[in-house]
Amino acid sequence: MKTAAAAAAIVVALALQTTLAGLVIRGTAAIDLVLIVVVYIALKSGPTTGLVAGTVAGLIQDALSNPILGIGGLAKTMVGFVSGVLATQFILNGPLPRFVLLLTATGLHAAIFMGLYVLLGLREFPDPMPAVIGQALGNGFVGVVGFQLFEWLPGFVDRRRAGRFLKR
Amino acid sequence: MALADIRHRPGVLLGAAILLHVVLISAQVNTASGLPMLQVVTFGSFSEVQRGTMSTVDGVRNLWSGYIALQGVHRENDALKQELQTLQVRVQEERAEAQRTVSLRQLLELRERANLDTTAAEVIAAAASPEFRTVTIDKGTGEGLQTDMAVISPAGVVGRVILPARRASKVQLLIDRNAAAGALIERTRVQGVVEGVGDGSLRMEYVPGTSDVKPGDLVVTSGIDGIYPKGFVIGTIEQVERGNGGYHEITVRPAVDFTRLEEVLVVRTPPASREVPEGES
Repeated sequence: MKTAAAAAAIVVALALQTTLAGLVIRGTAAIDLVLIVVVYIALKSGPTTGLVAGTVAGLIQDALSNPILGIGGLAKTMVGFVSGVLATQFILNGPLPRFVLLLTATGLHAAIFMGLYVLLGLREFPDPMPAVIGQALGNGFVGVVGFQLFEWLPGFVDRRRAGRFLKR
Repeated sequence: MALADIRHRPGVLLGAAILLHVVLISAQVNTASGLPMLQVVTFGSFSEVQRGTMSTVDGVRNLWSGYIALQGVHRENDALKQELQTLQVRVQEERAEAQRTVSLRQLLELRERANLDTTAAEVIAAAASPEFRTVTIDKGTGEGLQTDMAVISPAGVVGRVILPARRASKVQLLIDRNAAAGALIERTRVQGVVEGVGDGSLRMEYVPGTSDVKPGDLVVTSGIDGIYPKGFVIGTIEQVERGNGGYHEITVRPAVDFTRLEEVLVVRTPPASREVPEGES
């Protein structure tokens, strides 16, 4: 069930991401929803699941948009694994730790992704810091809000149902 | 079961995932030379494996050939050392033979040049006492040797026969303190007598103090003693001093190296019939 939910979240994130493709900052997407979803899965399920989620999501994202299959996959694999390891080592339930985690994950992803492209001589990223910082902040805000909503929503629905039952 | 194990080993899974991605990326990227990176990386990696394998094989081979297979080398080494020593001895024998040949050729030349009846003899022993400068040669009365026959070498006068036996003779060297020979200075024809001093050098006596004598002058036999044929080299004047009684005190360095005498010629021609051209030596 958890696997299905994770897969569904990835698919939704990918679908939404494709609709946000036009929202870019200096050639880099302002928000990486797939990254946010991978971080959340790792946060909740640990490094192994985060790693698998990152691999799958990254490869699909590469297949959809990137010229080289695997670079994004490798970056998201590392992000999923590192996020999962951090989640097992630290308490990351509050908004601020999660914001910092998302900033870190975005930075790590950008470093691997851009680094590999530059290393292989496939693409150049002149002055990447503003775009990376912008994406990190965007991922941080959207991720923290999304995480809170996602965790708050089931409880809210249950409370609504329980309230209706009591009124009867 | 294996899958469950892997799930509990995220490090292994991460390594596998990274490897998968690297292979995947390499399959799509070309190097600067245009070759597929996967091919280049695979070949490069495998070549390192090949290099390592070859190094291991070489190491084992060297170990085998350099240590294990050398069990018989010690024996072989001993045999070679022995052979080397034998060859070194043979080389020395050959060298000695060559030197002997040279000496004999010089003797032969001297014999032809002197036009005297001579016989070659080999020095077989030195003096038994250091007080007497004598040698023993391997020819004696059996070969016609007699007392007072002159003994010469290619370098110059050696001495005279003083004790002939049947198959050997004792020769008094010119440097013996009891030896003497009639001599003259080749440049000025001034005559005198050369005597042995006993320490290896010679002294020329009875040369008038008014005569022209200089260090470096050649001293040869005069033939007046009836023993040594005329004109054979005795030595070179080394030092000239003004002596008492109106004579020079002349020191002569012998022409013959008496410490290295090996072969000599004994002059068998009777003194009365000797006619050697002056200056020929």
